[in-house]
Amino acid sequence: MNFIMSLVAVLALVLTAFLGIEAAGLRTFFSMAVPYVAFTLFIAGTVYRVLAWASSPVPFRIPTTAGQQKTFPWIKRNRFDNPANKKEVLGRMILEVLLFRSLFRNTKAEIEKGPKLYYQWEKWLWVGGLALHYSFLVILLRHLRFFTEPVPFFVQALGGMDSFLQVGLPGIYISDSVFMLAVIYLLVRRLIIPTVRYISLPGDYFPLILMLAIGVTGILTRYFTRVDLLKVKQLALGLAKFQSSAPEQVGTIFYIHLLLVCTLIAYFPFSKLMHAGGIFLSPTRNLPNDSRIRRHVNPWDYPVEVQTYAEYEERFREKMIEAGLPVAKEIAAGGPAVYPLTKK
Amino acid sequence: MKIYDGKFIIAGLVAFIGLATFPIWSNIGKASPLPEPKLDTPAIQQMEQKQCVLTRDEMRTGHMRLLDEWRIEVVRNGGRIYTATDGKIYEMSLQNECMRCHSNKTRFCDACHSYVGLPNSTPYCWTCHIAPREKD
Repeated sequence: MNFIMSLVAVLALVLTAFLGIEAAGLRTFFSMAVPYVAFTLFIAGTVYRVLAWASSPVPFRIPTTAGQQKTFPWIKRNRFDNPANKKEVLGRMILEVLLFRSLFRNTKAEIEKGPKLYYQWEKWLWVGGLALHYSFLVILLRHLRFFTEPVPFFVQALGGMDSFLQVGLPGIYISDSVFMLAVIYLLVRRLIIPTVRYISLPGDYFPLILMLAIGVTGILTRYFTRVDLLKVKQLALGLAKFQSSAPEQVGTIFYIHLLLVCTLIAYFPFSKLMHAGGIFLSPTRNLPNDSRIRRHVNPWDYPVEVQTYAEYEERFREKMIEAGLPVAKEIAAGGPAVYPLTKK
Repeated sequence: MKIYDGKFIIAGLVAFIGLATFPIWSNIGKASPLPEPKLDTPAIQQMEQKQCVLTRDEMRTGHMRLLDEWRIEVVRNGGRIYTATDGKIYEMSLQNECMRCHSNKTRFCDACHSYVGLPNSTPYCWTCHIAPREKD
């Protein structure tokens, strides 16, 4: 059901762009208005999200530790799984962001006949995730060729390396193939593993189906229906320069691709995709485990008025003596007072 | 609203906005006119009916397909004759047919190829074929 809902949502988007261009002819709307609105939502939404996160105090160290803490010098410790200072946290964060290290630890628990509980090495999710993220990055950077003039050297070089297999013309990009395989794998994984399917929500399926549709339409524009790249680039540069570049006839498939991409970036800050920003703000990852090395004072402790025992006795001494309670210092008596519970 | 760890948050957000708006600020003050592939070679000027193998729009989006099909036909099947939709017969050859008219590689092929950011090696015609010598 969750899957069907997401699929219907993506198909509705495709149909919107198709009818908007073919029937209503809203070219300016889909090529100018929609991208600007989507981009504004993307930037403003992301900033809002990050600021909202940053306004939550994190007074205490709550890192998830998965290795030996720093202790006696003769006990071997784990710097990345139990970082003790900011430098080690930086190392942990870099490995987490670039290599998805905590996903690498993924295991699969299964009860088999016996009954025995088995834990298995499960790396496919990690491999699929890495493949998806890095191929997406390459695809994103490659698209800069439509937004820059002259095209920077690294974008050209990236395109050259990506198509170096020289299969067909226009040459097949390796990143396109990897992206499609990874998205399909991650989607199929959600659908066929019962436990994963059970916890999958529309918010899990929708981005995957959306990315699948973006990949399909992108591949169609490049390899099958083909669009005039000069017009596409003119349109993209016009967007970047805030010049309305009277969008000419570009194939409808291009507008479908564009609307899907705009949906993705507008949806980004309000969905699970925001883990891109959230990973940097995860207190369970970005804090050193120095709870016992440094003293952490709760910054929002309410300022309670406290009274020491000496002050208390000073106030109630007469009444205490009347009631026969022991006091540390007799009235007008000389000599040092001995208070209980006070530190020297 | 109090922001904790403000210097990291602000630095991160500034970096994010800077990267995300790269297409906007990198284009400020840059003119980027549309390329004009030159069709003024002597061979084209002598033609009575200026017509390529396919129509102009088909060539614009599909010339690479046509070249790929020609290459496969010539290299693998040994065929050299191409009959266009209007019945005209062409020899399937980059150097003898295409370049007979479009002898100006730098001002014809490269004009658009560099505009859409193809690396110089990507139309890999010239790893086998010899690029024409141009008088300019």
